[in-house]
Amino acid sequence: MLDPQIIFAGVLNGLLAGGIYVLVAVGLTLIYGVLHIINFAHGSLLMLAMYAVFFLWRLIGIDPYVALPVVIAGAFVFGFVLYRLVIGRFSHGRDENILLITLGLSIVIDNVALLFFGGDTQTIDVPYAGSFVELGAAFLPLPKLISFGASLLICAILGLYMAKSDTGKAIRAVAKERQGARLVGIDVDNIFAISYGIGIACLGAAACLLMPSYYVTPTSGHAFVLVAFTIVVLGGMGSFIGAAVGGFIIGITEALGGLFLGEQLGQIGISLIFILILLLKPTGLFGSKA
Amino acid sequence: MSRQALLCALGLAAAVIYPLVAPNYLINIGMMVFFVAFIGQSWNIAGGFAGQTSFGHVVFFGTGAYTSTILQVTYGWNPWLAWPAAMLAGGIVGWVIAFLSFRAGLRGSYFALITLAFAEVFRILANSVPFTRGGLGMLIKADQRPINFQFKEPIWIYYIALALCVISLLIAWQLTRNRFGARLVAIRENEDAARALGIDVFAEKVKVLTLSGAMCAAGGTFYAQKYLYIDPSIAFGVDKSVEMLLVSMVGGAGTIFGPLIGSVALTAINEITRWLASVVPALKNVQPLSLVVYGIMLVLIVARLPDGLMGLFRRKPRHA
Repeated sequence: MLDPQIIFAGVLNGLLAGGIYVLVAVGLTLIYGVLHIINFAHGSLLMLAMYAVFFLWRLIGIDPYVALPVVIAGAFVFGFVLYRLVIGRFSHGRDENILLITLGLSIVIDNVALLFFGGDTQTIDVPYAGSFVELGAAFLPLPKLISFGASLLICAILGLYMAKSDTGKAIRAVAKERQGARLVGIDVDNIFAISYGIGIACLGAAACLLMPSYYVTPTSGHAFVLVAFTIVVLGGMGSFIGAAVGGFIIGITEALGGLFLGEQLGQIGISLIFILILLLKPTGLFGSKA
Repeated sequence: MSRQALLCALGLAAAVIYPLVAPNYLINIGMMVFFVAFIGQSWNIAGGFAGQTSFGHVVFFGTGAYTSTILQVTYGWNPWLAWPAAMLAGGIVGWVIAFLSFRAGLRGSYFALITLAFAEVFRILANSVPFTRGGLGMLIKADQRPINFQFKEPIWIYYIALALCVISLLIAWQLTRNRFGARLVAIRENEDAARALGIDVFAEKVKVLTLSGAMCAAGGTFYAQKYLYIDPSIAFGVDKSVEMLLVSMVGGAGTIFGPLIGSVALTAINEITRWLASVVPALKNVQPLSLVVYGIMLVLIVARLPDGLMGLFRRKPRHA
């Protein structure tokens, strides 16, 4: 039996990882909730944003946290344009087709990254990377702690934006009833592009928060794509609260899985949760309908 | 029809004569074309004909590869006997995944994602349990005799790949003619309408995934015997799933020759980029370019050309 203090530390680390997952999953669930498309390119776009953060640091020496507003803005524009030029044109039809198109996009993005950046693992070496905060028996890496706080703050700001701003209200209107939204004069196509842009902007933020304690390779996207889908399915497709709760559950599951089952077998927990939720309760914890 | 039959006969004759005149290097390429066309066809039967898009078909491939390899290496079976056992295992896995997923009513994207997750579970298990030797992978002892399903001359493994491909084409051809195939197409086009017409949608979908799983597992064994080595990321990696899906979609999902055409196109693009890399030194790391091209083709084909490259061939005579 493991020492409860080790388990406590594991849970804390899982919570910290979950904070970032929440940000990634919120972007995915927003895109699903508004556009009703499953964005399989989500992981690849996160990888791309992580490279952007890496090169900002490597070439110009910008600290990942300082780069946050730039990368968020850049990711939003990238997502907006990507939707306008590619996804929007093809996104009406059978949902498997849209899934296949985003799969095609992720293949293109992954291999373009491999072509230009090479297959090497890249890391950012920031001075505070080795700093720890002691909390009881747990030593928490400072970058992860900062990421956790920043991630939750960004989610809160996004939630507030969705609740209060005109654009946020329009997005929610389109998500609920797109025909009705069109009738009251909302430019639905524009809202689609904005929503996709916001979803990708969340990835930009996640990339900045991940890079100080993580690494990037052209295949980094794969590691996140199933995790993000699991969180979204667990929380309920399209549900913000679900994405938040799901993110923490998955973060803790991953940490405890690694603790009890070892590095290799520990990863199985996420896939199993994904399968079980889809088989037993496809609406997830907070979803309204399948 | 007779003109088509003539074309098929000519194509088959050319494929049989090809290795007698081609150098070993080109024989290997031909073998890969037919092998990928075969596993692509296994995807096509479920994903193309029946419309059950899978993102994790490699789960059957890996099940086949590991079943025959474990039976052979650990239990001393002859690989020819292990081959049908591997197909049986692939069929069972297909049946179980289909039974669970379709009983839960999963469709479209949800089905695609759950197959991806099943493949991931199998990959992690193969990485962790002792009887697959984990991440080390499994080596099959080299003993190049036909009785061991190993050949000195590449021509024999080429002919086996060709035979597999021809069998898969015959299965696909049958699906365009028999009632089972017609029911699958009805399910693909409109599942609710198919059910209203009295088709047992659940049973038909489970049946087709079982068939597809068994076929794909046969490909897994073939692969293991050709390379005499498998590991979890080869046998259960995402890349193979994507490859099967790509060749079918690009060639033409739900068509008989789609996977074969797609496989020829994929190989051609691969060889062209490899040639470019060898001729122009600045492009020496250009290999990923072939997948970039393929990804773009996938997007364009899904959006504009639902019958894939086959659609190009077919449309001309009809409107001429």
